[in-house]
This record gives sequence, structure tokens and C-alpha cells, in this order.
Amino acid sequence: MTSAVMDAHHSEEHHGPAKGIRRWLYATNHKDIGTMYLVLSLVMFLTGGAMALVIRSELFQPGLQFIAPNVFNQLTTMHALIMVFGAVMPAFVGLANWMIPMMIGAPDMALPRMNNWSFWILPFAFLMLVATFFMPGGAPAAGWTMYPPLVLQTGDAFPYLIFSVHLLGISSIMGAINIIVTIVNMRAPDMSLLKMPMFVWTWLITAYLLLAVMPVLAGAVTMLLTDQFFGTSFFLAAGGGDPVLFQHIFWFFGHPEVYILILPAFGVISEIIPTFSRKPLFGHDSMVYAASSIAFLSFIVWAHHMFTVGMPLTGQLFFMFSTMLIAVPTGVKLFNWIATMWRGTMTFETPMLFAIAILFLFTIGGFSGIMLAIVPADIQYHDSYFVVAHFHYVLVPGSIFAIMAAVYYWLPKWSGHMYNESLGKLHFWLSAVFVNVTFFPMHFLGLAGMPRRIPDYSTQFADFNSIASVGAIGYGLSQLLFVYVVIQCVRGKGAKATSEVWDNPKGLEWTLPSPAPYHSFEVPPKVSSESAFS
Amino acid sequence: MLRKVYLSVIGLLGASNASADWTLNMPRGVTELSAETYALHMQVFYWCCAIGVLVFGVMIYSLIRHRKSPGAEPATFSHSMKAEVIWTTIPIIILLILVVPSARTLIKLEDTRKPDMTIVATAYQWRWHYRYQGQDVAFYSSLARTSGVARRLDSSIDPFTVENYLLDVDNPLVVPVGRKVRLLLTSNDVVHSWWVPELAIKKDAIPGFMNETWFKADVVGTYRGQCAELCGMDHGYMPIVVKVLEPQAYAAWLASRQPTALQSADTN
Ligand SMILES: [Cu+2]
Ligand SMILES: [Cu+2]
Repeated sequence: MTSAVMDAHHSEEHHGPAKGIRRWLYATNHKDIGTMYLVLSLVMFLTGGAMALVIRSELFQPGLQFIAPNVFNQLTTMHALIMVFGAVMPAFVGLANWMIPMMIGAPDMALPRMNNWSFWILPFAFLMLVATFFMPGGAPAAGWTMYPPLVLQTGDAFPYLIFSVHLLGISSIMGAINIIVTIVNMRAPDMSLLKMPMFVWTWLITAYLLLAVMPVLAGAVTMLLTDQFFGTSFFLAAGGGDPVLFQHIFWFFGHPEVYILILPAFGVISEIIPTFSRKPLFGHDSMVYAASSIAFLSFIVWAHHMFTVGMPLTGQLFFMFSTMLIAVPTGVKLFNWIATMWRGTMTFETPMLFAIAILFLFTIGGFSGIMLAIVPADIQYHDSYFVVAHFHYVLVPGSIFAIMAAVYYWLPKWSGHMYNESLGKLHFWLSAVFVNVTFFPMHFLGLAGMPRRIPDYSTQFADFNSIASVGAIGYGLSQLLFVYVVIQCVRGKGAKATSEVWDNPKGLEWTLPSPAPYHSFEVPPKVSSESAFS
Repeated sequence: MLRKVYLSVIGLLGASNASADWTLNMPRGVTELSAETYALHMQVFYWCCAIGVLVFGVMIYSLIRHRKSPGAEPATFSHSMKAEVIWTTIPIIILLILVVPSARTLIKLEDTRKPDMTIVATAYQWRWHYRYQGQDVAFYSSLARTSGVARRLDSSIDPFTVENYLLDVDNPLVVPVGRKVRLLLTSNDVVHSWWVPELAIKKDAIPGFMNETWFKADVVGTYRGQCAELCGMDHGYMPIVVKVLEPQAYAAWLASRQPTALQSADTN
């Protein structure tokens, strides 16, 4: 993207990006920082993906072929930590950095130096996390949920795990503060809150969720740290502590975290579907209320991850009811997207294909979510491959597809060039097919009784496991095509993009030239009724 | 090795008669509550299918009908209070229909009163220990030796030749048919979870806690499960086997496990 953004510099600019490495190390520009977030996210996605491929290769057939069980546990743990904190969250922060100033008519983010810091913490946090593979005792192997007492059996990696989680939390909190301050203070003068585009809205809600729950996670892992090194017994039964307490605290963070990973995705497809349906988003305000109620409900459902720990009956009933309620606002969002498509004039460019796939496949993840809310059935599903299928259906063809849709959608605006549409479509179809080949059979495995997080399995699980492994390899390799398409586009191999890029899209970002100028809006733009979303 | 690859390829082609005992669905199980759980699972599954057919049907119709075609003008509507109210209310009604039977089964599941017998299961990294309350019977239950040898990284034993690979133990838990068995669960080290799908029981074994659950198996047979909560290196290697016997056979087994019986067996 370097050359592209530089190209945008015309003589009237008072200053442009610095030269060489200083441009990135000292970056305060929202586009540069957004680019770095996205590149980091891509690197982490490929790293976590490589781990997934080792996992799936080991599971291709029963018996151990490549790796010892303890290494397997390290890989599942690190795969999850890297994908959640390294691939999905930074990608959405990167998109927020790039797009929020352009969508609200601001020149940049409100707090550029904090922005720089919140990015540059991340590479070090992940270096430290990945370095634990080479420490005595290996990488953390207790699952990304870090349940004690098991996590306290981690070797030398333990304090590094805790510290890197702290750093990731600090980075997320700073990113969230920056986004909130930018959205609240730097909107174009006549853009009222309810006129904001959905992507900005969902990010505003997400940022508040981050502010609320990242400190909770930090507190929980700090208590693990003091249990391990300072003689406390928060979670140790022998000292009067309670191992289940950690699970409650963790999931009080963990469930809102689920929505931190998906709400920005909802925002992305709320931008894409109207553009390619050539129709305004249906029920903009009710989408805002639905996202807000999802965020609120996410705080009172956490124990649905813990129906087998032995909770009081009334507790289980409460968490069953509250969990099922989430289906209502989520359904509202889905129906509103369909109503947006209804009687539009749809075309199916790559971003739209991804958005439509999300509607189908995220809904399948939603269905298994409703099934998981039914406590007696959940007791069978819990900690089985059914759960693995469920959360991969919401995270891969939900969050990851949305990130890719967003990249295809806005890349011409960022780089000034169109990507290769037929390769983009090929990437979509390969991804959409292989994601189902990978994750659909996992439903059957879980129902048939295969627990999650096991390196080897009984022979009756062999067939579906080998299908899933083949799907995973296919999905993984298809992503290299994505990397190729993006690199070609950024290097300016495609046709020149117009400022609108698509067919008359709505939103302020399309009023800027492509590539967008270094400082997005030097003068606050007028929000005309056509460019606003409501 | 080749055979395994060959089997996997067969599996991929969908002609999965190579290992005939794979299943697609949750087992109906052998207790009253496992049958109820299965029914709930199927009920919510059918609701999801019905909603799926409807919603995906509308979407597919729209994707075909509302493509951009020459001369087509997009509609401009963007609000409808009526539609919003309808698609908020209908899901709530469906959820209410689902929640009532679920709550009913859940209440039964939690009713551990008046058991016919009680067994204390203690989890260790990585095996189970069972103690029959009021009896002088207690024993460890670990992964069977056949699986234990075959599971090694360099074993070169084909898992398909091992009977009940990874799902077999040296000493199974033995219970009588038709009796309410209360299971008290705890752990000696980390959190484990006791799961037998055919009994529809999954309950965590947590250090410092005593969890309880119950089952009443209605059918004589052998039922297999595994530890379900990640518990360290050998989490995948601590299976659970429950043998349900006729009352007389159970009584005979119990007598044979008494310390006096075991002693005389040793001296023989
Ligand atoms: Cu949750
Ligand atoms: Cu265990």
C-alpha cells in the first residue's frame, strides 16, 4: 500500500508520510497504522492457520503420526490464542483505523500517538507468546481458556503467557478508547449518532465491550499469576480457593469477547449488502438497537459455557433463558439484511459473495447456538466436536469471511486499483466450499461422542475426521490465493479505481478520491441525505 | 498405513462401508433422561431445519429474482414497523415453545434424591477411581493395555486392529440395570469431566468440589465415554466404560470384588 498512499500526494499537501522505516515505526497516520494492523493480522492468520494444518494432519487418521500429545495441546492452545487475539481482533481494529475517519468525515483518529503505541505493543506480545514454543516445558497447553489448576502446570511459558495477555489487553483497551473518542468527537458536524453508518455503530458498541471486559480478563490472569508465584489461592481448592471462580470470571470476559469478534463483522456486511443491492439498509435504527441489545445480553449469559460445572438449578434455568433471548436480536439483524436484498438489483462481486455466504453460514452457526442453549442437550454437546463446529461456523464464515469481504470491498479505495475480480471470485468459491467440508462433519463427530482437544480418537470417528482434514488443507491453501490477489492489487496491477469504486455506493468514504488522501478529510464534509445511511 | 489411507479415501468418496459403525446423530441412549435429551435435541433440530428452509428459501428466491437485470429499478423502501414487530415476535414464541420441555427435563436431571446406590468417582491425571459407597469396593480404571501400546507415536500398530481403540479400560465401572445410581464426582488434581453419551451424563470433576449427578440405565450392556474436559497431556487417554449388568450378575461381581474375595483369589 506504500506506493498507493504516496501517489495520493499532490502539491497542496503540507506534509506526507516520512521515508522508509520511520514512516512505520513513528506512524501516527490512521491509514499507515491501519495497514500495519491488517498486515500483522494476515501474518498471524497464516501462523495460526499453519498450526491448524498441523493439528488437522495429525487428526487425519486414528493413531499418532506426527506429534506427541503435549505438543498437540500446545498447538490447539496457541492456534486459538493467535486466531482470536492475533488474527481477528487486529484485523477489525485495522479496518476501524482505515475506515472510521473516512466514514465520519474526520482527518484522522483522535489520538494518533496512542494509536501508534497500541499497535506496536502487539508484535512484541506475539513474539513473546510464540517464543514460548522454545522454552522448557513448551508453549501453554491448557487451552486458550486457561482453566486452573491445569494452566498452573504450564512450564516456563506461564509468566510469558500472562504477560502477553496483559499486553494484548492494554493494546485493545487503548484501541477502544481511541475509537470511542474519535467517533464521539470527530464526526462531521451534521452527522448525528443515528446517521452514522452501521460499521461505525457496531464498532462503537464493540469498543465499549472491549473497555468493559478486557480489564476483567487482565484481572483473572493476574490472579493466576499470584496463585502461581505469590502464594495466593484464588483458584486453588487446597488453600480455600475455587477453581470454578476462574471459569466464571473468564467467561464474563469470554462471552462479550465473542461479540467483540462478530459485531464489527455485522457492521461490514451492513455496508456491503446495501451497496450491491443498490438499496438503502433496511431498518437502520432497529439494527442499532439490535446490536445494542446483543451487547447488553452478552453480559448476562456467560455461564452457558459452564452447564456441566455443577451450578444451582435456578442458575442453569436463568442462563438458558437469557442465552436463548440472544437469538431474537440476532434474528432481527438477519431479517433486516434479507429485507435489504429484497427487491433490490443485486450484483455478485466478491465482497457481496462473501456477505451472502455469511448470511447462510453464520446462520448455521446460529442454529447450533440455539441448540447449545438447551441445557439437557448442551450437556451432551458440551466440550465435544459439536461445539468446535459451532464456534468455527461463527468465526470462520462469520468473522474471517467478513474481514475478507471488507478487504475486497475497500481495497480499491485504499490502493487506488481494482483487484482481480475473477481471482477474487475463485478465492471466494474455494473458501466457501472448503470451509463447509472442514467444519460441517465436525457436527457429526461431536454428536457421535468425540470430545474436543484430543490428539487421537477411536476408529469410528475416522471417516469424518479425514474429510475435515482434507477440507482444512484445501481451505488453508486457498488463502494463499487471497494473499496473491491483495499483493497484486496493492502493487497496482489492476485497473484504476474511480472514487466511487462500486455502482453509486452510499457513505462518505466514496466521496474521497481513490486512493484516499493521506489526511482523509481536511475540511469536514457536508453529510447529504444520499450519502448518509438512514 | 496404506490400508488406513485407503480407508480414508473410501470415506471421502462417501462410500463409508469400510468402518460401518460411524454415526451421524446423538445416540438415543439407554436411560429415560437420555431419551428425553435426544427428543429435545431432535425437536430443536427440526425447528432449526424449518426456520432454515423458510429463511434460506426466501434468500435464494431473492438472490434469483432480484438480480440486476436490464431495466430493473431497485425499490427504495427501508423501514417497516410491521415487519420488524413480526420477526421479533415469532422467534420469541418459538423460543418459549422450546424452553418449557427443556426446563422440565433439566429439573429431572438435577433431582438426585433417593438413589439406590452411590458411587464416588475421583479423577486423576489420567485415570478414574471408583468407590462404591457402603461397600468395601474401590478400584482404579485406566486405559486398556492394548490401546495403551497402540497409541504410542512410534507403535506401528494399526488402530483399526485394536478392539475399542482408546475406548477400553482395565476395570470398568459396573452397575445394576434399572437402579438409580448417584454419582459423586471430584478430582485429585485438575478439572476433568465424566461423559458417557449413552447415559446422557456429562459432569465436571473439580478438585475441592463434590459434584453430583445420576443415571438409571434401562438396558443391559457396555457403554463407553471419555474425559471431556482438557486435563493435560493424556486427556485423550482416560476413557470411561460402564458395564450395566442384571441384578444377580451385579451381585456376583460385587461379591468377587470384596477384599476377602480378592485376597483368596490372590493366594490361589
Ligand atoms: Cu458465550
Ligand atoms: Cu481428564
